[in-house]
Amino acid sequence: MRKPRGIWEIAVVGLAAVALAACSPAQSSTAPSSMPGMDMPSSSQSAPDAPVATNTVSIKNFAFAPTTITVKVGTTVTWTNSDQDPHTVTSDGKSGPLNSKPLNQGDTYQYTFTQAGTFSYLCTIHPFMTATVTVTP
Amino acid sequence: MSESTVDEHGMTRRQLMRHTAWFGAAVVLTVAGGEVISHISSGPADAAAPDPFADPHALRFVQVSDSHIGFKGTANTAVEQSFTHAVNQVNALPFRPDFVMHTGDLTHLSTPAQFDQVKQMMSHLNTAQTLTVPGEHDSVDDAGQKYRAAFGAGTAGDGWYSFDLKGVHFLALVNTLSLEKLGHLGADQLEFIRKDVAKLSSDTPIVVFSHIPLFAMYPAWGWGTDDAVQALSYLRRFSSVTCLNGHVHQLFTKTEGNITFHSATTTAYPLPKPGAAPAPTPVTLPAGKLADALGIREVAYRPGNPGLAVKDVKLA
Repeated sequence: MRKPRGIWEIAVVGLAAVALAACSPAQSSTAPSSMPGMDMPSSSQSAPDAPVATNTVSIKNFAFAPTTITVKVGTTVTWTNSDQDPHTVTSDGKSGPLNSKPLNQGDTYQYTFTQAGTFSYLCTIHPFMTATVTVTP
Repeated sequence: MSESTVDEHGMTRRQLMRHTAWFGAAVVLTVAGGEVISHISSGPADAAAPDPFADPHALRFVQVSDSHIGFKGTANTAVEQSFTHAVNQVNALPFRPDFVMHTGDLTHLSTPAQFDQVKQMMSHLNTAQTLTVPGEHDSVDDAGQKYRAAFGAGTAGDGWYSFDLKGVHFLALVNTLSLEKLGHLGADQLEFIRKDVAKLSSDTPIVVFSHIPLFAMYPAWGWGTDDAVQALSYLRRFSSVTCLNGHVHQLFTKTEGNITFHSATTTAYPLPKPGAAPAPTPVTLPAGKLADALGIREVAYRPGNPGLAVKDVKLA
């Protein structure tokens, strides 16, 4: 198993140079100047889609669709997971009404909104998946 | 793993230290194709400085991350086997680590069976202490209750803690429970950090563990922590702060003033580079390439040195 030392040293120097060159573009592309340090607003990074009046939300390709829905108080909303990966429907933070178990492919979750307000939620397994339900009186 | 493999690792480590010396920068990324990926951030380069990994009096620990025990998918059809390789690789190091830290996503779906399995696997680590912080996959349906039952003994709040070892002060933070897309520490934990470091002298080296990065690596994918600025403000007065995280399944290093951030890779499966895919979903590599994306991290610190040596090693 032991390689001759000389060959190994040459390999290290050569590959290190290649790898350094290969790494520099990736480093700059992942630190765009529009992202100043750690000063991150907690608001969403992208403009939300226009709200859709519907009581069904599909979970597909690691996204909730529609991203923003509006319903009237008393409406039951149904989420259906079409992905092979499991997802959850979970209110932001520690409190909030939405709290599904992990949904496997084909599983559904239902919740009846009894109060008006804006309810944002995410998938706790893939927290980049975020969406909102607006409940009107 | 055979004895000759151990010897070979020892040899390459010494060679690596020699080769990194001539770069001479505070943070150097060195990648050697077959075997070793390395960052060294040990301050002023000194070719005569002894290898801290060979010094029995140095602080030496290992970080592993994102084992995702229970994951089923084409990106890695045998995550349990990969994590076993990582454990064996730690046990084959020429030194016995002061501790091994797993920076979260121990399990894939927080099931009791997955917690049992990962705990059992980690019990085979040859180290003085095995430590963890939770990932969001360790709290998918219970805000971390099963995680704390398995790994939370002796922790405060929702599972955070601090400790001192060989002159270094360590903080192990929890930023995956109150998710608001980005990681979140919360007011209670921020107050814990403020009080915890208040008593320390400013020349104490600080190491901070968290699952989600404490810097804005890629907020559109949630790769950041919304209240990290507040936490880091308590650490600005220290001469050396090293933040070690997981979550992003790839190596990345960034320095901001006195603080250096090192994202670790995974033992399970790669994720895309920031923005390189519609979403940060598991990447299936061509056959034979997976092991190149997986690895463990060795960290060493010698008292009197300005910073830590951080070395990332591919899974053998």
